Amino acid sequence: MIWIAIRMLTGDRQKFYGLLFGIAFSTLLITQQLTIFVNLIERGASGAYNVGEAQVWVMDPVSRTTDVAYALPSTALDKVRGVRGVEWAVPHLRAAASVRTKDGDLEGVAIIGVDDATLIGLPKRMASGSIDVLSQPDSVIIDDVGTINMFGADVDPIGERLELNDQRAVIRGIADSIPSFTSQVTLYTKYSQALRYVPGTRNRLSFVLVGVSEGQTAAEVADRIERDTGLKAETRDEFAQAGVDFIIENTGIPTNFGITVVLGFVVGVAIVGLTFSLFIRDNIKQFGALKAIGVTNGRILRMVAAQAGLVGFIGYGFGVLGTVGFMWAFSGNPFFKGFYIPWQIPLISLGAVIVILAITGTLALRSVFKTEPASVFR
Amino acid sequence: MMATIMDPSAIGGCKPDAAICTRGVTRDFKAGQQTITVLHGIDTDIRAGELTFVVGESGSGKTTLISIMCGILYPTLGEVKVFGTDIYRLSDTELVKFRLQNIGFIFQQYNLIPSIDAASNAAVPLIAQGMGRLEARERAKAMLERLNIGNQADKLPNQLSGGQQQRVAIARALVHEPRLVVCDEPTAALDASSGRRVMDLLREVAVAADRACIIVTHDNRIFDLADRIIQLEDGRITHDGTTMPDGH
Ligand SMILES: Nc1ncnc2c1ncn2[C@@H]1O[C@H](COP(=O)(O)OP(=O)(O)OP(=O)(O)O)[C@@H](O)[C@H]1O
Ligand SMILES: [Mg+2]
Repeated sequence: MIWIAIRMLTGDRQKFYGLLFGIAFSTLLITQQLTIFVNLIERGASGAYNVGEAQVWVMDPVSRTTDVAYALPSTALDKVRGVRGVEWAVPHLRAAASVRTKDGDLEGVAIIGVDDATLIGLPKRMASGSIDVLSQPDSVIIDDVGTINMFGADVDPIGERLELNDQRAVIRGIADSIPSFTSQVTLYTKYSQALRYVPGTRNRLSFVLVGVSEGQTAAEVADRIERDTGLKAETRDEFAQAGVDFIIENTGIPTNFGITVVLGFVVGVAIVGLTFSLFIRDNIKQFGALKAIGVTNGRILRMVAAQAGLVGFIGYGFGVLGTVGFMWAFSGNPFFKGFYIPWQIPLISLGAVIVILAITGTLALRSVFKTEPASVFR
Repeated sequence: MMATIMDPSAIGGCKPDAAICTRGVTRDFKAGQQTITVLHGIDTDIRAGELTFVVGESGSGKTTLISIMCGILYPTLGEVKVFGTDIYRLSDTELVKFRLQNIGFIFQQYNLIPSIDAASNAAVPLIAQGMGRLEARERAKAMLERLNIGNQADKLPNQLSGGQQQRVAIARALVHEPRLVVCDEPTAALDASSGRRVMDLLREVAVAADRACIIVTHDNRIFDLADRIIQLEDGRITHDGTTMPDGH
């Protein structure tokens, strides 16, 4: 009987394709939008993740993320270095600045000042050049996505001169980094150099980055730093999460993506529900005949479930493939750098597909169940 | 009241050789506020090995009666025994199973499944009984051969003429060798000679010593083909014999 059910459905090309389209469309919309959403808000953590070596971030108690930070007095560095379990501690500066390019365009950039001696604070990999270039005068390293935003994809920015807050800066390397949430251009330079770029308020130390001694966990050391110094200290993961939370709390992004996902679901229910009930209505005589001949409601249920299952399986497959295709097609776009599909998302859209089919299948089944077998003689 | 000596093999007043036996079958339908009684206490016995016609004016209750006889419509009152089984005492599931094993249906609109071929359509009752698809199709093909459309077995219903579709529907009704075959207005859509041909065919394949065959019709052109004619008027049996009374 399952075979008959499948043939009933696939034999009705228009409705079969309509159902597949509905499921594939919903799956695509839900999977793709959730993927972009998750990747986008994870950009809130990029500042923390780009600095691979720092196990603990120390900051002013009011600071929240890499971009929302209140400067510390320079004495904080020595205080942190004095805490037990701190293997090393280096200064880290983050500030906003304006840059004037050769063409005279003005652009807002982020400046990151990394420790002069160790260069801790740079991204793990370079896309072009070596980190040693920072020892040359006026050197800055630009992030790869920022390069494309500022100069376009075809221009090699190495050697480009910039006017950075009225100071001279020369790009001498490109870092391979996770773009920030705003995809803003980021310039890395030595801490001492950064102090010159960022006009002088008294306190300019944004963070102290800490590595912990062997045998200590980051969480223990962070607790001890907080207790001993009165500053705020977070492990790398805590600080990354804080960046994500900040975006969730302070932007309309969750609402916007949420609305799209809900729309995907609703449109799926509408298309699939309508098509499914049309299909059932067109075949109600046949279902009635089967009931008269001697097919129980239980078997009818299994038949409709098989039809829904087939539609769900193929439609979902197309939807996920479509998302993968989309991500692949845009993988060269700097906006999508590092985007991936978290494994939970296809599971969520699978759940949505199952719910869509359960709702619409139940509605369709009801009309079959209500059909009197005696109606076949009318 | 006098005590009567009952035939010990008789069941509930039914004749022992009755294929179908109805006692006091009444059926009401709700039409808005009022209730209309379509059948008024039908008592009848249908024998196996005969072609029984149920005839009567439109609206006289023919379809309602055979629907009740074949287990797809509950009577409001009364009981129905089909080959000794009191079918409306069965549970829903048992009744469905009973129909699957014992009853063949020929619907007026053949209700074939459009996307499977003639052989598969004819094989539906066997597949529903749990037989493998290939074996069921072989049996269905043999039945289509008997109905002279063996060469159409691989065609879809919409590739067949109306008469051929009807033969597929007949094959589907007979493929599982049911003991009761019911058929509502098989000739209504056909011209006189095609109508007679279908009836000849039904007589040939559907009538057997151990099988009852009931045909509902108001097509008086074929009344002479019946072994027995039951006439309904306003839900009552007004005639029961081997021919129609004079004047029809
Ligand atoms: N499901 C139903 N609901 C309400 N009334 C019904 C229903 N089925 C049948 N009736 C009524 O019962 C009466 C008998 O109907 P039935 O279909 O048995 O007649 P019939 O003899 O088969 O007529 P025809 O020759 O036109 O097919 C009709 O008046 C019809 O309107
Ligand atoms: Mg009728």
